[in-house]
Amino acid sequence: MMTRLNTFLSTSAAWLLGLLWILPLLYALWAATHPAEYATRFDLLAPLTGEHFVTAWQQAPFMRYMLNTVIITGLILAAQLVLCTLAGYALARMRFRGRGLAFALVLLQLMVMPEILIVENYRTLSGLELIDTHLGVGLPYMASAFGIFLLRQTFKGVPQELEDAARLEGCSRLGVLWKVYVPLAKPTYLAYGLVSVSHHWNNFLWPLVVTNTENSRPLTVGMAIFGAPESGVDWPVICAGTLIAIGPLLAVFLLFQRRFVQSFMHAGLK
Amino acid sequence: MNRLSWLHAWLMLLPALAMLLAFTHIPTLTTLWHSLFFPARGSEAAEFAGLDNYRMMLEDDVFWQALSNNLWYALGTVPTSIALALVMALWVNSRISGRTALRLAYFTPTMLPMIAVANIWLFFYTPEIGLFNKLLALFGHPGINWLGDPDWALPSLMLMTVWKEAGFFMIFYLAALQTLSRDIYDAAALEGAGRWYTFRRLTLPLLMPTTLFVLVNAILNAFKLVDHLFILTKGGPNNASNLLLYYIYENAFSFFDSNYAATLTAVMLLMLILLALLQFGVLERRIHYR
Repeated sequence: MMTRLNTFLSTSAAWLLGLLWILPLLYALWAATHPAEYATRFDLLAPLTGEHFVTAWQQAPFMRYMLNTVIITGLILAAQLVLCTLAGYALARMRFRGRGLAFALVLLQLMVMPEILIVENYRTLSGLELIDTHLGVGLPYMASAFGIFLLRQTFKGVPQELEDAARLEGCSRLGVLWKVYVPLAKPTYLAYGLVSVSHHWNNFLWPLVVTNTENSRPLTVGMAIFGAPESGVDWPVICAGTLIAIGPLLAVFLLFQRRFVQSFMHAGLK
Repeated sequence: MNRLSWLHAWLMLLPALAMLLAFTHIPTLTTLWHSLFFPARGSEAAEFAGLDNYRMMLEDDVFWQALSNNLWYALGTVPTSIALALVMALWVNSRISGRTALRLAYFTPTMLPMIAVANIWLFFYTPEIGLFNKLLALFGHPGINWLGDPDWALPSLMLMTVWKEAGFFMIFYLAALQTLSRDIYDAAALEGAGRWYTFRRLTLPLLMPTTLFVLVNAILNAFKLVDHLFILTKGGPNNASNLLLYYIYENAFSFFDSNYAATLTAVMLLMLILLALLQFGVLERRIHYR
């Protein structure tokens, strides 16, 4: 009897917390789809409207922002996959002088992240004349200590015999990496890819610093400008704009949520 | 052969290391270098300042306020979100009804950009029409100026941060819980250990490595995540919710004193070093039980 009650209480608490956790999003959805006077009046019979989405869409170049975000996250991910694969393999399977030092240098970035170094990195980027470019937003993130570490751990788990056999067959080092290691590390690539994309899709501070026009501004920066009180946009319109901005990633997340959660768990375990 | 493989290894490392050097190691060093100069005036070369920037910093009230805010912010968000994350993980790891939906609900805030989340929460905190004050009004409370009152601005930020981060840390606990073997729990049940006892003496110690990992990441986040400040408070009112990284941003890109910003960044780097030492020195040793 006691355990029954306990289970019931604990389940209710879990559900209550879950409801609280999802409430802000539901609320944004409510405000965005109902006329402004219903923003704080909850009435099941309130008429639905799509006007806020139309207004939001017209007030900010969301399409352009979205395109920028896709280009930036794609650019970062592509570079990360190549750089981290090469470095991860070298650190996992090759013996050479200075390996310990190289690995330590890599791990340093886990602590000293690019976010902290915005001042100096801005200086570097303006020296390279890459301010306000997609490449400029991406550059500091392309070598990722987390990715190198994750792939190194995965590659270490690949049986050495597989590599030896492939080498005997006359496969080159890069050939082995491409034909043996990369296919076996697919789950890690997926996990890392999802973590990286969601991180950079949501990243704000560095893009804010390094972009200054619509040409390279990602969604997050666009959203911040759009939502700023100075721009004098109505509350429901801000909600609609925010939903437009988070829509694509949220939709992908909801569709593949099991994959996402598993991937984050996979990445967290290493 | 050996020589060749040495060369190969470095060639494979080169692209990644070059990028890391360019955007992590060298900027770290130039931060320290630039903190020793006064800002350049016009076309003149920057004048060497010695430790003057650091002296200025020690006398800068806003710096001290941002630093202490940041420590309070970490203290307010880190333990709460970790504890919540653990509870959430235990729930969605048990045979609770609707656990997929629950897991999804807890995790969703993590997937949203901080900026979007802040846009939504801004309205919750709005004085007259905001949701929180409407709720308070139901109990006859006159309402709180959440973001405009110096006493409430930082706690308001903390509340949102906990909501945003707990689900993220939950994932790590969930991953760890799923690797724990059933056998020890069966053994504990056989010995007649109660639920609370099992949790305290079995689950919690076994999760210690995860807790350490999450702890370090949570502290890191408390210092490097300031996106919400741009929307909610801009560090105000009167710096009551200013955080170190936001103050660095203000100095570099609003006040255009990148040398003072570099000085502040040096403090940030120092704190990260302390955190790293804490991780690898003290805590790691205490957690590995034989």
